[in-house]
Amino acid sequence: MTDKQKKKKAKKEVIITGFGGQGIIMAGRIIGMSAALGDHMHSVFTQSYGPESRGGACSAQVIISDAQIHYPYVMRPDILICMSQGGYDKFISEIKQEGILLIERDLVRPGALKRNFFSIPATRMAEDLGRKMMANIIMVGFCVSVTKVISKDAALDSVAKSVPKGTEEVNIRAFNKGYDYGLAILKGRGKKAAGQTGVTG
Amino acid sequence: MKPAINTGEHFITGDVACAEGAIAAGCRFFGGYPITPATEITEHLSARLPGVGGTFIQMEDEIAAIASVLGASWTGVKSMTATSGPGFSLMMENIGLGICTETPCVVVNVQRVGPSTGLPTQAAQGDMMQARWGSHGDYEIIVLSPSSPQEIFYQTITAFNMSETYRLPVLILADEIVGHMSEKVIIPDAKHIKTVSRSRPKGRKDRFKLYEPGPNGVAPMPAIGEGYNIHVTGLTHDTKGYPAMTVDTQKEMMARLTGKIQNNLKDIIKTESYRLDDAEIAIISYGISARTSLSAVDKARRQGIKAGLLRLITIWPFPEDQILKLAEKVKGFVTVEMNLGQIHLEVKRCAGGRAPAFLVGHPGGTIISPDTVVKVLQEAF
Repeated sequence: MTDKQKKKKAKKEVIITGFGGQGIIMAGRIIGMSAALGDHMHSVFTQSYGPESRGGACSAQVIISDAQIHYPYVMRPDILICMSQGGYDKFISEIKQEGILLIERDLVRPGALKRNFFSIPATRMAEDLGRKMMANIIMVGFCVSVTKVISKDAALDSVAKSVPKGTEEVNIRAFNKGYDYGLAILKGRGKKAAGQTGVTG
Repeated sequence: MKPAINTGEHFITGDVACAEGAIAAGCRFFGGYPITPATEITEHLSARLPGVGGTFIQMEDEIAAIASVLGASWTGVKSMTATSGPGFSLMMENIGLGICTETPCVVVNVQRVGPSTGLPTQAAQGDMMQARWGSHGDYEIIVLSPSSPQEIFYQTITAFNMSETYRLPVLILADEIVGHMSEKVIIPDAKHIKTVSRSRPKGRKDRFKLYEPGPNGVAPMPAIGEGYNIHVTGLTHDTKGYPAMTVDTQKEMMARLTGKIQNNLKDIIKTESYRLDDAEIAIISYGISARTSLSAVDKARRQGIKAGLLRLITIWPFPEDQILKLAEKVKGFVTVEMNLGQIHLEVKRCAGGRAPAFLVGHPGGTIISPDTVVKVLQEAF
């Protein structure tokens, strides 16, 4: 039983969604790769295939576990990362009650959502760094600090291995921007929670 | 030249793992025509093969692709191609030529939905019977089915080793999910990778007979240009390789083609059991559906249903004895596959009425969920 409980505890399912061209697939791959190679966990990465990878809605799935993963697809995400409204609308009903939702602030309007979420203007931040296409890397950094689903060292390694040669440095800067942004939010919420008892997140 | 074996830990797709397995096995010729979901095998080998002294050719279509592979193999080079459903159909005639001429090679089919163009390019396992009987005439064939990127790496090596040992095309039937999913793949040191090469003829060249079987029932194979008398034909041929249009020669040739497989079943058939020892229900599955089945076994066990899994690693020749033995001890079988019952019917045949056999299948397009399997386990028994 303890084995099973441990297994359940250590399994995390992640969905990243957006539109083709945002680097959704690369973001998923980086998370899966970090878990497998850097953190020495089991991980499976799958992606939606077809015309959506060329402009339409697009999604990547990652399962991370300390035990062998049998069924390779996400049943209900523990972590949902939305970089487009379409992706948000499609997947928001699937996130677990206690799951963590991360959104691109300028591209997703959550409406009257009755749950906590974390938002970041990743695309604007990427534009400030001179490359809009790094929004995915900023989002990965944000995800790592907020959810700790993979270690920072493992993520940095995977980012450097995954991005085009010659852009490693600027992408690592992008990752750190997202990471620090997440830390600042957590810190702010911590203070808020300490000041106002009963309110968390 | 780059090192041929990418020793280390990688996070790669099944397709790329297959390509790396081929190179590790000693494959130095690939002739192919790209088709999703097998394209990444072709793409990866186009980048890798020239760097290890190999040859990559994109042919004009799949018929030419398999033809180039057979030709390359006769020059003594380990050769392969990779395709999916529509391309696999085009390759059928020349796979038969490879069987008849006893030409070692590996053909990978990363299955997608059929018939015809189907549902591009979602997963299916609908080519299992085509792999067995798709080319005309009687024959034996070896077909393997991988469940993960790590397994397809090793299975590609095994496929080459078996094709070199038994001199025939060996088929790998993967599926879109295994082909496209990424997982950790550990590639060991070269010294831990066992590779087999076809046995070569010895003795006087003027007395050489191309198809005179060695002790294991398989004839040693020279390469074209080494000075041996070689005549390669798809016509019924005698041990010299010359056409001999008689019933007796056909009988003799077929005995050799089928005997070399039937007499080595122990070496060829590989299965894996999961929680099967005390199982009352035996799930039979393979490829990606076997991973659904592993989950289903655990879920069912938590509900008190004594299920176990026999995962087929070798699909053909079919593990008839294993199924028969299980039929004598279990209450029934459930075959889980992404088709309408191709392997299910084989299970039924081998069970021979000793235990009922049920199918959890559908015509492809999406993976089967563990809950679907568990529901059948609850309702059928």
